[in-house]
Amino acid sequence: MTENEPTDHPANAAVSAGEPRFLTQDDLTVDTHQIVEPDGSYDADDVPDLDAEQFRDLYRWMLTDRVFSRRMVSIQRRGELGTFGSTRGQEASIIGSAYHLQPEDWLYVGRAWTPMFMRGVPMKDMILFWRGIEEGQQSFAEHNSQIAISIGSHLPLVAGLAWGMDLSGDDAIATAYLGDGATSTGAAHEAINFAGALGVPALFFCQNNQYAISLSADEQTGANTLAQKALAYGMDAIRVDGQDVLAVYEAVEEARERVREGEPVFVESVTYRLDAHTTSDDPTRYRSDEEVDAWEENDPLERYREFLKAEGLWADVDHDAIVDEIEAEFDAALDAANEFAEREIVEIFAHVYEEMPPELQRQYEEFVDLLDRRPELYDYIEQRPKG
Amino acid sequence: MQATIVEAVNDALHTEMAADDDVIVFGEDVAESGGVFRATDELLEDYGETRVVDTPLSEIAIVGAATGLAMYGLRPVAEIQFSGFLPPAFDQLVTNASRIRWRTRGELTAPIVVRMPYGAGVRALEHHSESMEGAYAHIPGLKVVAPSTPHDTKGLLLASIRDPDPVLFMEPKRIYRSFREEVPEEDYEVPLGEAAVRREGEDVTVISWGSMMPATLEAVDELDADAEVIDIRTISPLDTETIAESVKKTGRAVVVHEGARSNGVGGDIVARINDEALMYLEAPVERVTGFDTPVPLLSMEDYYFPHSPRILDAIENALSA
Ligand SMILES: Cc1ncc(C[n+]2csc(CCOP(=O)(O)OP(=O)(O)O)c2C)c(N)n1
Repeated sequence: MTENEPTDHPANAAVSAGEPRFLTQDDLTVDTHQIVEPDGSYDADDVPDLDAEQFRDLYRWMLTDRVFSRRMVSIQRRGELGTFGSTRGQEASIIGSAYHLQPEDWLYVGRAWTPMFMRGVPMKDMILFWRGIEEGQQSFAEHNSQIAISIGSHLPLVAGLAWGMDLSGDDAIATAYLGDGATSTGAAHEAINFAGALGVPALFFCQNNQYAISLSADEQTGANTLAQKALAYGMDAIRVDGQDVLAVYEAVEEARERVREGEPVFVESVTYRLDAHTTSDDPTRYRSDEEVDAWEENDPLERYREFLKAEGLWADVDHDAIVDEIEAEFDAALDAANEFAEREIVEIFAHVYEEMPPELQRQYEEFVDLLDRRPELYDYIEQRPKG
Repeated sequence: MQATIVEAVNDALHTEMAADDDVIVFGEDVAESGGVFRATDELLEDYGETRVVDTPLSEIAIVGAATGLAMYGLRPVAEIQFSGFLPPAFDQLVTNASRIRWRTRGELTAPIVVRMPYGAGVRALEHHSESMEGAYAHIPGLKVVAPSTPHDTKGLLLASIRDPDPVLFMEPKRIYRSFREEVPEEDYEVPLGEAAVRREGEDVTVISWGSMMPATLEAVDELDADAEVIDIRTISPLDTETIAESVKKTGRAVVVHEGARSNGVGGDIVARINDEALMYLEAPVERVTGFDTPVPLLSMEDYYFPHSPRILDAIENALSA
């Protein structure tokens, strides 16, 4: 850390007399990075340097995200899951940002499951997670990833992971996905400031999907953009059109370079949550059909299809066959999840501590004994391996 | 009117907002969408957007700003969407809300109400199911209330909003809608700090509150003995007298709660029984509680909280000792 000596930074040198001048957020112009316009047009010079297979791969992953959300919502409706939060509409934002992730990078998400599949987490484990089966999370951890349910709570962890990478000299980054709502939590502010102050390889990828349950993004903050918040914490930021997978890809690629050099970066990806917040939410209470329709028109998959067509890549994409493959993968994952082993009571008590303390051991044994003596207890206990 | 617990919450809020212009209600999703459990339904329509406010996703500021508003003379009723999201704001409860009166020698006070649904059994995600009243009751200066019936919910919430001290109002969400009972339309209070005797009996005292009351009553109904059931309603300050009087009469006691056993409220109740009625005891006091583990995720959460056979077993144990 530097010592507390006066800096000669030009911003500190300028002195003005007369009326005090307000520094306002309108002094700041925050551009939104975009490559492919909503109508599908683009400038060929701006296109990131990817090969044909990678371009098609991006499409495939976006489709995976969409199909997974659709299938999860539908099995939830059949009573086979607890609550689920769809990501429909955010596919470009989610896939474009995750495409760079390397196996040694860490990933902590709020609402972004497909990046976990991209790094090897089996779909089955994601289904188990949403069925409230703890075991699903073991494979998340094996793949350096986790889902945070307490909004914003993961950001300080990511700052710490990045700090660890910095101390160990590892060539990896720690990425936190967060929502517009999360930017209001105390944990987010402390974490982003901390990462900025220490200069650690953390990437904060904020999906501004316009709502935090019922609260719209412009009610969430008085700031013009979320990206600008990073500046106050000594962190550079990029704002990107989250419906444009190539723009997100490029923004995060550049961000990643900077992060690897030890400069944390904040990315605001402007996108939209087309479905309800979760399966237990009724969005008609707080947003209009017109608004949703306008964003349906701004579908990231459609926009990218226009690009693939223009590049002559679409002819090699068999959309229906890809959907069928993803459906089959989901079916197999669902079957595997349905076959998940009968639960053991000890699972409740395991992993609280490395070694079970005597009192906990006693509670476990007493409970097993009670179940033995009073089998009627089972009438009250609904085991819900299928959600 | 016939109402559920969550409808009684809503009715109390309507009643007090109509009666007192200083009452303001805020939290995440409380205004436009009426709350994720509909507890604040129609408040925005009736009292307008300056008194019913959707806040940013900011638990620390919700509780801390409530405290500031109350110091300024308003009567804030803040909602924390689920009890598992109160911990970030624990600091504001400990550092400010509970201490303002003491710190300023009574010059300033913080009559806030923080409402939140608590407890397991509704198939929610992680952090949506805890029952941590023990942690909150451990904060001097804070009152902790947990109703178990619609009638008490309305009366206790009205009393909490009018109370001169900060109140954490824990709503048992598992039984939010599980039954209705008659709730008077008019204004009434159920005083804080007073337990209710739900059943009178001679043989054993069973003490419980909030989400665990229905299972406790069910267990007692199965019992071949005459149990007295106490619903403590206010966890802090606790009505020791009602408990002690009952134990002196019955000589036996069982405490039932949903939260983890170690360092929980049950241990404190046992200590008070020892203080006030040790010589009357004919058996050790039993505790029936959640385990010293996080609440399991939804697939196994039903194993976690005590059901009536577990409570019945403990009562029979106390009776046979
Ligand atoms: C600390 C905390 N407070 C409240 C909640 C309840 N809750 C769940 S999701 C959500 C909105 C999250 O919005 P945002 O951060 O924008 O993410 P999104 O779900 O839109 O991706 C809220 C308030 C929570 N999970 N955690």
